Amino acid sequence: MPDDARAPFLSDDGIAEPLLRTAGLTRHFRVGGVFGKTLHAVDDVDLDIKEGEIVALVGESGSGKSTVARLLARMYRPTKGAIWFAGRDISKISSRKDLLAYRRHVPMVFQDPFSSLNPVHTIGYMMRRGLRLHRPELNRTAREAVAVEALETVGLVPGAATMSKFPHELSGGQRQRVGFAQAISWRPLLILADEPVSMLDVSLRIGVLNLMIGLREKGISLLYITHDIASARYVADRVVVMYAGHVVEIGPTEDVLHQPAHPYTRVLLSAVPDPRARTKIAAADIGEPPRVVEPGEGCRFRWRCPLAVDRCWTVTPRLVVTSQGHEAACHVTAGTTPGSGDLAALPRDGHDT
Amino acid sequence: MLLEVDELCIEYLGAPPTRAVDRVSFSLEERTFLGIVGESGCGKSTLLFGIAQLLSPPAEIRSGSVRFMKQDLVGLDESRVRGMRWRNFSVVMQSAMSALNPVKTVSAQYADAMRAHGERDRAAIASRSEEVLRLVGIDPVHLHSYPHQLSGGMRQRVMIAMALLFSPQLILMDEPTSALDVVAQRSLMVQIKELQNQLGFAVIFVTHDMSLVANFSDRLAVMYAGRFVELGGTRATFDRPLHPYTRGLLDAFPSISGPRQPLVGIGGYPPDLADLPAGCHFHPRCPVRMESLCQLVEPEGNRVGDSEVRCHLYAEERSSAG
Repeated sequence: MPDDARAPFLSDDGIAEPLLRTAGLTRHFRVGGVFGKTLHAVDDVDLDIKEGEIVALVGESGSGKSTVARLLARMYRPTKGAIWFAGRDISKISSRKDLLAYRRHVPMVFQDPFSSLNPVHTIGYMMRRGLRLHRPELNRTAREAVAVEALETVGLVPGAATMSKFPHELSGGQRQRVGFAQAISWRPLLILADEPVSMLDVSLRIGVLNLMIGLREKGISLLYITHDIASARYVADRVVVMYAGHVVEIGPTEDVLHQPAHPYTRVLLSAVPDPRARTKIAAADIGEPPRVVEPGEGCRFRWRCPLAVDRCWTVTPRLVVTSQGHEAACHVTAGTTPGSGDLAALPRDGHDT
Repeated sequence: MLLEVDELCIEYLGAPPTRAVDRVSFSLEERTFLGIVGESGCGKSTLLFGIAQLLSPPAEIRSGSVRFMKQDLVGLDESRVRGMRWRNFSVVMQSAMSALNPVKTVSAQYADAMRAHGERDRAAIASRSEEVLRLVGIDPVHLHSYPHQLSGGMRQRVMIAMALLFSPQLILMDEPTSALDVVAQRSLMVQIKELQNQLGFAVIFVTHDMSLVANFSDRLAVMYAGRFVELGGTRATFDRPLHPYTRGLLDAFPSISGPRQPLVGIGGYPPDLADLPAGCHFHPRCPVRMESLCQLVEPEGNRVGDSEVRCHLYAEERSSAG
């Protein structure tokens, strides 16, 4: 892993590569013993994250979004597929040194700020330990300065006072900021943030989202994993919508929100409570979890889809370009079955104007 | 009036005691949906448990009354409260997985509840159990399911069906949708509202997510540091929030429609109930606080139109009206 990984990354063919790219990323789990079945947590996911970009990965529980994060963090190895980071396939990394270098450049911030910090150590201890591991070139004084600066960058001011505190002396929002402070003290290129605000109080969420936007301005890329599409819109440049282990739609945030192509994206948007809009109360989709154990061929949304046609039961739809940079995997709306699309059958977003 | 809560104070005993609910008063008419919103630690769940007389030590009602169907539940003999619980009012908890018994089928749990209230007829128990499950849109075959065999959304529906066994006049709900995905959450809210229209019970719905109740509740109470800081019609509160805290909460929600604009939310952190700021409890976070007044004097409730708001900004409107 080059330390100065800012230069454009070139593939073997000399083509400029995004910061991170996955190709056919797949992760299956065996469930239920010897004659058990296969759970398809993530199937054939292609996504890319450019430098200084926030990509939101949106989906409900069971969509596979956290599994993608764990694959990217190398907490799991992929069943199939590759993860290219700065032009190198990190799914093949096996030496501890290389893995450590990768984790330094691509740290993860976890969902639960109450269980992700060790209660018996001070914030300073955890900051220093991370720095000794990931930035061994720093001496004691430099470590201290970097740690204090990182804490102040995330709004924990004064940083020196925060260093001597224990996790229980901080609120949930402050603890979540410690997670980000640790990550940025290592000078990362990409932060994997798995539902970083979902356990925080409403009044504190915006602060952490604004912090993420500030990090992007420093050139750090973020993968923001969430089930809250409104917060995804607030921070993200692009949105990736997952359902049952598949990417069903991907595109620039405003395009996906205003011209959602996949029926699932539309269901998701229509379910978002919006206090500013006078929403129609319509009996919605029941919201049952997706089937991912031995799912077989066919679109995985077909059981819940109001537009499903025969083809959806037999052929898995692939992502198709619907407009510039915007792709959706749907036989009906993304036009792989010509002439059968009925866009009027679904409300765009369920809001009255 | 179905329910009248008057100057209710609930404390967690200790040295010194922590006051989690401080002089809360409101009344609820029949068939009304009241939403209570607030951040974690504001006392909203404690209030709900206090109304249901389900507080356990060290929490205790210090003063005030809870008049339900013309009877003060505070200090009422526990056996008489128990007679009313389920029959006249029922409670739906936040986590159905921990509220349901994991080793009993749904039908066995329904039968337990009905037998506890004197229903002995097995056929009547079976038919009522089927009936309430159908009401919440679950196939009665699931009467023979164990809780772990149901999805999160179905478990919450099973809990709501259980709350409906005796057709109570009031259902108290403590964040029943918070463990669900946005789509399942929406669908459950729609169903609760439909059941309410159909069966005519009143609802008190506690949540941390103000936007969730926006389209469902008739009245909305905003709670901060143990007190109601604003109480009014839901639509009026969303259209014209009065209290600076309510305004801050509304500004903290990114929207999926309209222009993308930077939001600021509310600065600072929610207070520790054991160590509340003097004067108005919200003053350290308030963008429009008035020096000295808000720091020293706790505001009274002021009536503005149909709403009541606890903020010094509205003190004049009260004196001119009265």
